[in-house]
Amino acid sequence: MTPLKKINSRFVPLPMENVDTDQIIPARFLKATTRDGFGKNLFRDWRYENNDDTKPKKDFVLNKSDYSGEVLIAGKNFGCGSSREHAAWALQDYGFKAVVSSFFADIFKNNALNNGVLPVKVSDDFLVKLFALGNEATISIDIDKQTITIDATGAQEIFDINVYKKTCLLNGYDDIDYLINNRQAIEAFERIP
Amino acid sequence: MAKTLFDKIWDKHVVQKIEEGPSVLYIDKHFIHEVTSPQAFNGIEKRGLKVFRPQQVVATADHNVPTLNQHLPIKDELSRLQVEQLIENCKKHNIELYGLGHPFQGIVHVIGPELGITQPGMTIVCGDSHTSTHGAFGAIAFGIGTSEVEMVFASQCVLQTKPKLMRINIEGELPNSVVSKDIILYIISKITSSGATGYFVEYAGAAIRSLSMEARMTICNMSIEMGARGGMIAPDDTTFAYIKGRQFAPGEKQWEQKLNEWKQLYSDVDSVFDIEININASEIEPMITYGTNPGLGIAINGLIPVTDTIPDEGERKNIIKALQYMGLESGKPLLGMPVQHVFIGSCTNSRIEDLRLVAALVKGRQKNKNVQVMIVPGSQQVAKQVHAEGLDKIFIEAGFEIRQAGCSACLGMNEDKIPAGEYCISTSNRNFEGRQGAGARTLLASPLTAAAAAITGVVTDIRELI
Repeated sequence: MTPLKKINSRFVPLPMENVDTDQIIPARFLKATTRDGFGKNLFRDWRYENNDDTKPKKDFVLNKSDYSGEVLIAGKNFGCGSSREHAAWALQDYGFKAVVSSFFADIFKNNALNNGVLPVKVSDDFLVKLFALGNEATISIDIDKQTITIDATGAQEIFDINVYKKTCLLNGYDDIDYLINNRQAIEAFERIP
Repeated sequence: MAKTLFDKIWDKHVVQKIEEGPSVLYIDKHFIHEVTSPQAFNGIEKRGLKVFRPQQVVATADHNVPTLNQHLPIKDELSRLQVEQLIENCKKHNIELYGLGHPFQGIVHVIGPELGITQPGMTIVCGDSHTSTHGAFGAIAFGIGTSEVEMVFASQCVLQTKPKLMRINIEGELPNSVVSKDIILYIISKITSSGATGYFVEYAGAAIRSLSMEARMTICNMSIEMGARGGMIAPDDTTFAYIKGRQFAPGEKQWEQKLNEWKQLYSDVDSVFDIEININASEIEPMITYGTNPGLGIAINGLIPVTDTIPDEGERKNIIKALQYMGLESGKPLLGMPVQHVFIGSCTNSRIEDLRLVAALVKGRQKNKNVQVMIVPGSQQVAKQVHAEGLDKIFIEAGFEIRQAGCSACLGMNEDKIPAGEYCISTSNRNFEGRQGAGARTLLASPLTAAAAAITGVVTDIRELI
C-alpha cells in the first residue's frame, strides 16, 4: 500500500444519507477478477441515464465540472449494505483518498482502510459546515495529528483512528504482512486443545 | 465472571490482541464464492503463498450462476470467466468446491447449515455480508471484504476490533400468519438501517426460542440490514436436533463431547450488554417495505409515513427520495397496489420450510395473470426436497416458475432481473435502488406475503386469505 500522510484538496459533496454499496458500484459490475478499473462505474446509475455512459446526468455531482478533488463528503451511514470491497476500489480508482461522513457502515470502513482510503468520521455539526462550503474551498486532513480542517476558516475537528491502523496508513503497511509475520503464533494457537 | 455468548466464543478465538489496535481472530470456517474471492487468490499468489489451511475453506458458485439450464455453459462471458476462475483457484489450492452440477451446490448461506458445516461455537467468515445467517447456530459469523478474504487465505485469521454487544429480547407469542421475516423487518423498522452499526446482536426471548432453525437463519441473515456486524442465537435442543446426522456434523463418536461443549454456549444470567432492546412479539404484524432501505418498513395494513411530519431533515429528504424512486405516495396504503413480479428465494428465504409455507398457501390456487412468479430454491438439496415432497407440482399448477439454485433476482448480477419501473414483492433482503436490476422497485416481505400477492396480483394482507 502507498503511505498516506496528508491530504489537501478540494472536495466533492454528496449530501445524501444511507449511500449503500449497491449505489457506489452496482452488482453487475462485480464480474472482474482484478482490482482495477472500477472507477469508471463509480455511482454508475446515479451518474448516467439509462446505463449509457455517453449520457451523463447533469445534476449528479461527479458530472459537474465545478466540483473535483480527492475527498468525497457524504451524508451519514455511508457504505451500508453489501460487503463488496469493489466499492472501496471504485472510490480509490476514481481518485478519492478520503471519504468524510458523520457515520460509516462497519464493513465499508474496514474495506476502505485496507485500501488506503481514509474514512473520516466527523460530528453532524461539522458535516453541516462542510456541506455549506463553496466549490472552491479546500480542506486539509492530517493523519498523524488526526485532524480535518477547513482551510479558509480554520475550523477543525479531531477524528478517531486506532493506533495500529494509523501506523499502517502512515507507513503503507498492510494487515496481511502483519498476519504472515505472526504465523508462528497462529500455529501455536492451533495446537491448543 | 459472567460472560455473554459472544464473549465465550470470541475469547476462545483470539490468538493475540494488538496493543491499541484490533485482535488477531482465528477463523474456524471460511466460505468463499466466485465474486469476492478472485482478487484474494491473486493477492496471495503475488506474495508467493499457498492457502494456509485449505481444509477449512469451502467454496460454491452462487451469485453469478444462471437459474435455468445450469447444465449448459454460462452465456454471459464475464460471469462464466469468474466461475471458471473459482474452479481453477480451488483446484490449485486444494479447496473443496461445490460448483455448478455438484449435488451440494447452492447459495453459500444455505449450504453451510444444511450440510452441517456450520456449528455452534465456531468463528465463520465469508466475503459476503449475509454471512451473519450462520449466527443462528450460536456462531460468530460475519461478512468480510476481499482484503480480509486474502488475510484468511494467508493466515486463517482476520484482524478484528471487538464490537459492542446488543441483545434484542422478543418475548410473548407471535400472532397467526406472522413469520420470522416479519420479526426481522419489524426490528429493522424500529432500529433503522444503521441503528445496530458497531454492534453484534444476540436475539433472545421466548419468541426466538420457539422458532425453527430455518426461521432463526432468516432473522440472523438480515442483522446486517440494521448495520450490525452480525447476529446470533444461543444454541438449544432445536439447534442440536437440526445438526445431528447431517453430512459434515460430528459423528456418533464425537457427538456427546460436542454436545457438552455446545450446551455451555449461552449468555450467563448476569452478563452485561451495551444495549438491550425489548420487543413484544404480539405487537408484530405481517410487514412490508415501501422504501429503498430495509429500515423503511410498515405493517402490511399500515400507511406510508407522511413526509411533511418527519422532523429530521436528513430522514425526510431520504424518504422523499425513496418514494420518488419507488413511485409511491406519502401517507397512502400499500394494500391493494398491483405488483408485476414475485420473487421467492435468496439466502434469506429459500429454504425448504419457506417453500413449504408457500406451497401450503397456494395449493389448489392459481397465480394472478398479471404477475410473474419465480421460485428459486436456495440449493440443489432444497430443490431435491421440493421434488421429493411434490411441492413442484403445486407450484407448477399455480403457474409459478421453479428455477435452479442460486442468488438469482436478489442482486441484479446474473440473468434474473426485474425490469425498470416494475414492482416486485421479494423475499430477499435488500430493496436498495437498482438492487434487483436498474430501475427495479422492490418491496421486501415474508414468503407468505409474497405468495399472497402472487395469487391476488396486489399487495395483500395474508390474514385475509386464510
